[in-house]
Amino acid sequence: MKRTPLYDRHCELGAKIVDFHGWALPLQYSGIIEEHRKVRNAAGLFDVSHMGEIAVEGPDATEFVQRIITNDISRTKDFRIVYSPMCNPDGGVVDDILVYKFSSDFYLLVVNASNTDKDYQWIMENFRGRVEVKNLSEEYAQIAVQGPEAGKILQKLVNIRLEELKFYNFVPEAEICGRKAIISRTGYTGEDGFEIYVKSEFAPVIWDSLLDAGKDCGLVPAGLGARDTLRFEAALPLYGQELSEEITPLEAGLGRFVKLDKDDFIGKAALLKQKSTGVKRRIAGLEMVDRGIPRTGYDVTADGVKIGYVTSGNFSPTLGKNLGMALVDSAYSEVGQEVSVVIRNKELKARIVVLPFYSKRYVKG
Amino acid sequence: MKVMQGLKYSKDHEWVKIEGNKAYIGITDYAQHSLGDIVFVEIPEVGKQLNSGDVLSVVESVKAASDVYTPVSGKIVEVNQSLGDSPEKINEDPYGCWIAAIEISNPSEIDTLMEPDDYERFCKEEE
Repeated sequence: MKRTPLYDRHCELGAKIVDFHGWALPLQYSGIIEEHRKVRNAAGLFDVSHMGEIAVEGPDATEFVQRIITNDISRTKDFRIVYSPMCNPDGGVVDDILVYKFSSDFYLLVVNASNTDKDYQWIMENFRGRVEVKNLSEEYAQIAVQGPEAGKILQKLVNIRLEELKFYNFVPEAEICGRKAIISRTGYTGEDGFEIYVKSEFAPVIWDSLLDAGKDCGLVPAGLGARDTLRFEAALPLYGQELSEEITPLEAGLGRFVKLDKDDFIGKAALLKQKSTGVKRRIAGLEMVDRGIPRTGYDVTADGVKIGYVTSGNFSPTLGKNLGMALVDSAYSEVGQEVSVVIRNKELKARIVVLPFYSKRYVKG
Repeated sequence: MKVMQGLKYSKDHEWVKIEGNKAYIGITDYAQHSLGDIVFVEIPEVGKQLNSGDVLSVVESVKAASDVYTPVSGKIVEVNQSLGDSPEKINEDPYGCWIAAIEISNPSEIDTLMEPDDYERFCKEEE
């Protein structure tokens, strides 16, 4: 298994380590629910060094990035971040990525760990123009501080004024503990928070300094378990569950990140067609009425017929309910619709509810 | 990890408390610890006939669903309904939270279970 530069820290903190797409990462330290609540009420520290970073540089960089993503970066200002699906010609999602714009000829694409090699290959296959593409994933470590206290904690260690950093913006050359870092106001928990990219060798000292700086504010290290329950409550899609090569961004409810009026991009024709005919299935929220937890892959039925399947499901620590996201036939996706989830051969009652389950508390500035 | 005296243990990390011809069954401290935060317990049906090794209940943590097996054969005669509303009690007090009681139909199965000391050794080897 691959290790992040913070592997030893996780072991020292007593984390339970699991294999996550070939990476040895902490599942939990004190416990998933405890870490989840700390992030909602105070702050959590996450090692997300497994995420991939791919640089796209050159005079045709904007044109090239525009071609491989569904969102539109033609009017994006420097030091802003754009979330976007990256699609195949059928409209299926190759990955969902963050595009950091440094300038019109330099972008950093932050991609899912499990997809880094696939994405790099995909980008190279569709390569065109005067552009240089580099996989920088090994060079960067990434640490996320998330939660209502995140800004207060991080402010102690950085040379920038975080109150001036707006949601989905970044500072390309900030300093944290005297080391150069890219700092963005982004995250994957539904809370205000920041993501810090540093050279791998600096990661341990920055991790320690953050834990120390956050001691009085209730900061705790948080693992993959809490990362999943937090993103799930906020209905943020997870690649491999809500998104895949077989699911389009329109079906996943990501239509606002698909700009069909921009110039040609990979997948445009297929997505245009799907938009005009209407999606036949979509991601919907589920709340259990009967007792049971919907889990990934369970069938969803209505009137005894299969109408879809659960993509993610769990007990929601914040709301105290058993909830799920499911890819279901559009005819059954209206809020209030009664459906069933097949849990261990029993059809248990559920109903369609509004997504997200938990309203995000981002500081938009 | 806590192992309680006076109980018998299975290789699947269930504990069994014998009272007359009844066996009260729960999951061990080792089991609750490796499952993590428990958020759901499936309450079995009274009257159901089970053979040893059959699924008695399902305990779900935030991470996953795990089967609980009955180490003894017999009929389910009592269930612990309170776990429906507060499954997290298993994390707090695993030996105080039985899931179901079975009327023992084959007492010789009890002898195949582990004594506390043996179970403690067994868990250490599992780690």
